[in-house]
Amino acid sequence: MNKARSAVPGLSIAIAVLVAGLLLALTVGRYPVGLGDLMNVLYSKLLGHHANVPPAVESVILQVRGPRVIAAMLVGAALAVAGTAFQGLFRNPLVSPDILGASSGAALGAVVGIYLSLGVFAIQAVAFLGGLVAVGIVYVVGMSVRSRDPILVLVLTGVVVGSLFGAGVGLVKYLADPYNQLPAMTFWLLGSLSATGVQDLFPLFGPIAVGAAVLVALRWRMNVMSLPEEEARALGVATGPLRIAIVAAATLVTSASVATAGIIGWVGLVVPHLARSLVGPDFARLLPAAAILGGGYLLLIDTLARTMAQVEIPLGILTALIGTPFFIWLLASVQKNWS
Amino acid sequence: MILEGRQLTIGYQDRVVGAGLDVKLEKGEVLALLGPNGGGKTTLLKTLLGLLTPKAGEVRLDGAALSARTVRERARLIAYVPQTHVATFAFSVEAVVLMGRTAHGDLFARPTSKDRQVAATMLDRLGIAQLAQRPYTMISGGERQLVLLARALAQEPQFVVLDEPTANLDFGNQGKVMREIRALARSGLGVLFTTHDPNHALRAADRAYLLRGGERLAEGPVRQILTRERLEALYGAPVQTITDEGGMAFVPG
Repeated sequence: MNKARSAVPGLSIAIAVLVAGLLLALTVGRYPVGLGDLMNVLYSKLLGHHANVPPAVESVILQVRGPRVIAAMLVGAALAVAGTAFQGLFRNPLVSPDILGASSGAALGAVVGIYLSLGVFAIQAVAFLGGLVAVGIVYVVGMSVRSRDPILVLVLTGVVVGSLFGAGVGLVKYLADPYNQLPAMTFWLLGSLSATGVQDLFPLFGPIAVGAAVLVALRWRMNVMSLPEEEARALGVATGPLRIAIVAAATLVTSASVATAGIIGWVGLVVPHLARSLVGPDFARLLPAAAILGGGYLLLIDTLARTMAQVEIPLGILTALIGTPFFIWLLASVQKNWS
Repeated sequence: MILEGRQLTIGYQDRVVGAGLDVKLEKGEVLALLGPNGGGKTTLLKTLLGLLTPKAGEVRLDGAALSARTVRERARLIAYVPQTHVATFAFSVEAVVLMGRTAHGDLFARPTSKDRQVAATMLDRLGIAQLAQRPYTMISGGERQLVLLARALAQEPQFVVLDEPTANLDFGNQGKVMREIRALARSGLGVLFTTHDPNHALRAADRAYLLRGGERLAEGPVRQILTRERLEALYGAPVQTITDEGGMAFVPG
């Protein structure tokens, strides 16, 4: 009798990536910090006494890089978990979290917020709501079109509504003040964590925790949901309500991360696939593996973005540079067993 | 316990496929559904499973309307073996069979050790225990059909409904699936299957139901119902009969 495949090796690799990302992100940069100093600061912070390092080092680690590192982990994990959920739901390994328009909705919300000269928090809130509203519209429209293939209709509706919101983004950019607002919009649309502070962490963490908890609770049902609709129902899964729950949870997670970090593509497509190759398709293992790997992946990308050049490179550009060749490779390799 | 369709009008939102259909399946018997492509076999089968709502008439199970039961209750009574397909994700064979246990747990449940035991028993019963840890995407079509059958058995249902269980199978595996269908009926399950091969109905079924253009052409014990004349009427094509001491077979003419 052969043994079930263990999740330990795969999870170990994911954790190793996360740890490597953490160490790099906290030490590398314009103000390099030694590994010893880093350990010293974290250790003394943990024990609550004063660290034996220059105050500037402590401030770089705790005030400057700390929040950004946590945000990168959360956003990376969120996008990976949402991508994992959508890929299962749409039975398609080439799907990303913005398939139902969450990103384009959040983008429209953000540029409208910038156009109206709202505060940072208000912009994030409008972006978050924009993501939820876009997916809500897609879901209602998609479900009211009666079809034998509701999933396909949903995806197509997502594409259509997404492009409508994209047109909205274009319109607002066209109307925007080209000297102050337009650069801010462009910067936001390309994705960045450079402005992330401690105050951003809670609004980011809350929705992600809620959405991820729902997905983890439904992990076995999500396995069954990755079968064709009729099979899932014949196996006793009420696919309609469950699909709404999964879409809502994944959208919550996506919108929160897009509202904080702007549009960072590809993470939610690439990471679930890597995680699946590490631990297999069972959501009970896949969700944690994707979250850990996604956190580490975005940490590495964000560290690259900070350090590659004199100016920060937008995250969305780096993830696309890595994601596009990966996607093409994926397309070529999964075509064989994916119809 | 009886699974029964009464005066069913079947079809999709915009289209009626068949009307006035009465079907009855008792436990311990095998019913074969035969008919040309587009005749309504799959639609009727999905209606009986509760996957499609009848446009008129009613599907009854154990004396009560099927539609009055929840999706989960239905799955503990009727199992569905779809035509084999290529899966998107490489779940292990064991995981696929365990999915058959879903209806026995609540919304947040994970497979229990009892579920694993049932899954192992069913894999064993179909002689594919050695496949348990293989990815479902990497096994042959015949093996996949048996895995889907094991998944249906893991539901511990009263009825099993199979959609063209022998399509895409080689000769040897067709025989194996036919034998398994007989074994299911012997163990007390009611079995309904669709097929394009009248010989499979002769071989495995107690009764045959001939469906053409959404209408019932004939229904009854296979050996009475399956005649050359009826099959020619059913398919609108010539049919030859071959008889030897072992039995009878039909060949398209």
